[in-house]
Amino acid sequence: MEPDRPVPQPLTPEARPYWDGLKAGKLMLPKCGDCGHTFFYPRVICPRCQSRSITWVQASGKGKLHSFGIGHQSFNKAFKVPPPYILAMVELEEGPRMMTNLVNVAADPKVVRCDMPVEVVFHPLTEDVTVPLFQPAGTGGAR
Amino acid sequence: MKDLRNTACIVGVDESDEIGVLPGKSQLSLHLEAITNAVRDAGLKISDVDGIFTAGQHSPATLGEALGISPRYVDGTTVGGCSFIIMVEHAAAALHHGLCDVAVISHGESGRSQVGVTRARDTALTGQYEIPYGYGAAPTQFALITTRHMHEYGTTLEQWAQVAVSTRQWAALNPKAAQKKPITVQDVLSARPVVWPFTLLNICLVTDAGGAVVLTRADRAKDLKKKPVYVRGMGEGTEHVSITQMKTLTFSEATRISGERALAMAGVSHRDFDHVMLYDAFTSGPPIMLESLGFAKPGEGVQFFQDGRSTPGGSLPVNTNGGGLSYTHTGMYGIFPIIEATRQLRGECGPRQVPNAKLSLVNGMGGMLSAAGTLVLSNET
Repeated sequence: MEPDRPVPQPLTPEARPYWDGLKAGKLMLPKCGDCGHTFFYPRVICPRCQSRSITWVQASGKGKLHSFGIGHQSFNKAFKVPPPYILAMVELEEGPRMMTNLVNVAADPKVVRCDMPVEVVFHPLTEDVTVPLFQPAGTGGAR
Repeated sequence: MKDLRNTACIVGVDESDEIGVLPGKSQLSLHLEAITNAVRDAGLKISDVDGIFTAGQHSPATLGEALGISPRYVDGTTVGGCSFIIMVEHAAAALHHGLCDVAVISHGESGRSQVGVTRARDTALTGQYEIPYGYGAAPTQFALITTRHMHEYGTTLEQWAQVAVSTRQWAALNPKAAQKKPITVQDVLSARPVVWPFTLLNICLVTDAGGAVVLTRADRAKDLKKKPVYVRGMGEGTEHVSITQMKTLTFSEATRISGERALAMAGVSHRDFDHVMLYDAFTSGPPIMLESLGFAKPGEGVQFFQDGRSTPGGSLPVNTNGGGLSYTHTGMYGIFPIIEATRQLRGECGPRQVPNAKLSLVNGMGGMLSAAGTLVLSNET
């Protein structure tokens, strides 16, 4: 299988549970063991209270499309998803925002709307690395 | 904090010998041309320079070596295109404490032709969390800020386009501007789509150019060739690198922080300004900066361009050089708004001169509204 996009790298040690989770079909998020803040991206310190006690929780995979853009060209040779494609920022139910693509919907600003409900779909790139993409909630089916 | 007010002056500014598309010049050459031109503009010699400030791929040590001098103060703060604006504050502090006497802030970038450049980017985080989704080039990120602004405030594509139209009107008055042909809102809307909501005309140029700014202490500035431009207020700040980490996607916290300090230090309010320079990598940038600086309420920054306030002849001229959208934009644009504000305050701007300009604000962003620097400049104390 030839990946349709740049394979994430470098995978850093503090993000291991995130990448392991994706491989197993779970969206895992770091959560502060002291103040309870769930955040993204993974790091060894809580960005709210600076605690070093970091735990992991499985996210529901549901959220809202916080914002988007529609790419009409590729800006990276390794990104081979044919344009137009949807650059998306999702706000997860648990709070954090993450960058992703919105898929399984027309790349049309009349169809795609900020704050529309979305859900995660797991997109394997290699045997080891899976990335989280999102689709409109209730689209169903496996990608 | 007020100790720094009016202690330093900008005494020399200039671009490289040429700006635009320069496949025959390396990035280092653009630096050296700009530095020698700006030092000459100040009536100083390279041997007078003892502080070197630069951001980007070349270190201040590289510039010192190439110039044949041994500076006693160096700064390589690199937080994006506003780094040069932030360095005015760093230079003022160093001059005030006698750590150097003549500071040069230099920019050189072969952004278009890529001559003599090195490719070393920090991708430890973006490589994991952004690049796999097609992010990378600046428009892919700023588009999301812009879309959310449209969602929250009802801003329209036509309103963003008006920023490009206004800026092009200024560019038509600047002989050095790359793009001078008048454009209409319809031209912007029907240009090639790049990343919705941006067409090509919503996005800055990509050029090759150098620019440099020379500063010294106010007492020494009085004896130099050109009328000194006082640095009355200055501020800097950073909030995030990834836009996922912004408190509010449509508002720049770094810009707010830098602007509040600069205006407080200068002891001025928004209505006192005659002239404003904002970092226009995208048409949505200047309106959001006006909002983050407090010139306009959130959602209302576009009105400055729509009602003619910021176009030629308006009450608050913005980006009188033609901006990154139409004059030049190498990649790290921040040196050029300082150069233009200085020329306006000296009265050197010919047909685009803002009559009796006495107080100018320079604000720039680094990254995606991630870092910011603000200057309050004046030709009087």
